[in-house]
Amino acid sequence: MTELTTRAPQAPAPNLADVLERVLDKGMVIAGDIRINLLDVELLTIKLRLLVASVERAKEMGIDWWEHDPTLSSRAIREVER
Amino acid sequence: MNASYTYAVARPFRLDLLAGLRGVDGAPVRLVRHDDLVAVVSSVPDTGFDERSLEALPRLAEVARAHHAVVAGVAAHTVTLPCRLATIHRGDDRVAAVLRDRYPRLRAALDRLAGRVELGVKVYTEAGPPAVAASGPPAEVPAGTGPTAALGGLPSNIHTDAEPPTAGSPEAARSGRDYLRRRRAEQRAREEGRGAAHQAAERMDAELAALAADHRRHRPQDRRLSGAEGEHILNVAYLVAADQVGAFTAQARALAGGGLRVEVTGPWAPYSFAPPDEADEPAEDLT
Repeated sequence: MTELTTRAPQAPAPNLADVLERVLDKGMVIAGDIRINLLDVELLTIKLRLLVASVERAKEMGIDWWEHDPTLSSRAIREVER
Repeated sequence: MNASYTYAVARPFRLDLLAGLRGVDGAPVRLVRHDDLVAVVSSVPDTGFDERSLEALPRLAEVARAHHAVVAGVAAHTVTLPCRLATIHRGDDRVAAVLRDRYPRLRAALDRLAGRVELGVKVYTEAGPPAVAASGPPAEVPAGTGPTAALGGLPSNIHTDAEPPTAGSPEAARSGRDYLRRRRAEQRAREEGRGAAHQAAERMDAELAALAADHRRHRPQDRRLSGAEGEHILNVAYLVAADQVGAFTAQARALAGGGLRVEVTGPWAPYSFAPPDEADEPAEDLT
């Protein structure tokens, strides 16, 4: 154990949109044996930002596509908001 | 059969420092070692962890949180190269082969990141674009009562040439021109405001970049979709010495004002400073 670095201060839990921006768009790419082709990253993060940011606000603006999106039941939205 | 999910590559550290931190689906985390590199992995079923399930937002959120928690846990103790979400190999021996095959490059990347963390800085304009001036389109301006009435002497040679003037039409035309003129002025003001905000943000970025070892521009998040107040005009990740986090954050916040709002996130493991994608290199035969 010779190579410990300065411990970074503990940050509060980051919001999901920021986490997704990093884990989906950034980070080291190593070709794995099992390929996971994630949904188009931009589309995905846009979808997620929308959900994470504010469902109420989105509804005010008349954006309600998820109500017709089979992958996004209202239960799912509640879980994401939790 | 299980597969190995890799969270990060790091310099060796004592696994017990993670104090039982769990990975995706609550699986225990272990280390795969090659020389003085470790990969932080956990087991995932090689069936049932697929892209279809990750298209469901709650599942994606869960995996992303678990991924990030392990990366952050490791980064708190040692130099860490975070992997992208869902980096999966058939087994630990395959992960070890990755460490072996890419050893020089991984070592160099870790050396560069030692003692540094990533901070995110997001700059927003304080409010939305300036509201459009109170008056509506020309139809809503009563003829002769608008501000153009005072400018009655202006030539009206735009819309009125073709037809003989009818009562009120010159005024309507003037209102129309005035409306367009006003709209152009408003648009110009908006563009100038936006230009000034962008210039201020550029200066901010230059100032902060001078305090950082490296920086990466990211795409601003869409205001309509993020729900954030104001327009997101700058989204940058800075690589900062771990002992400078406080000073850097204070400096970033001090640059706010003049209509710009600054949000600092992190410290993050250096997600944005990973080595370039392998996609640029000739494909290796891994089978």
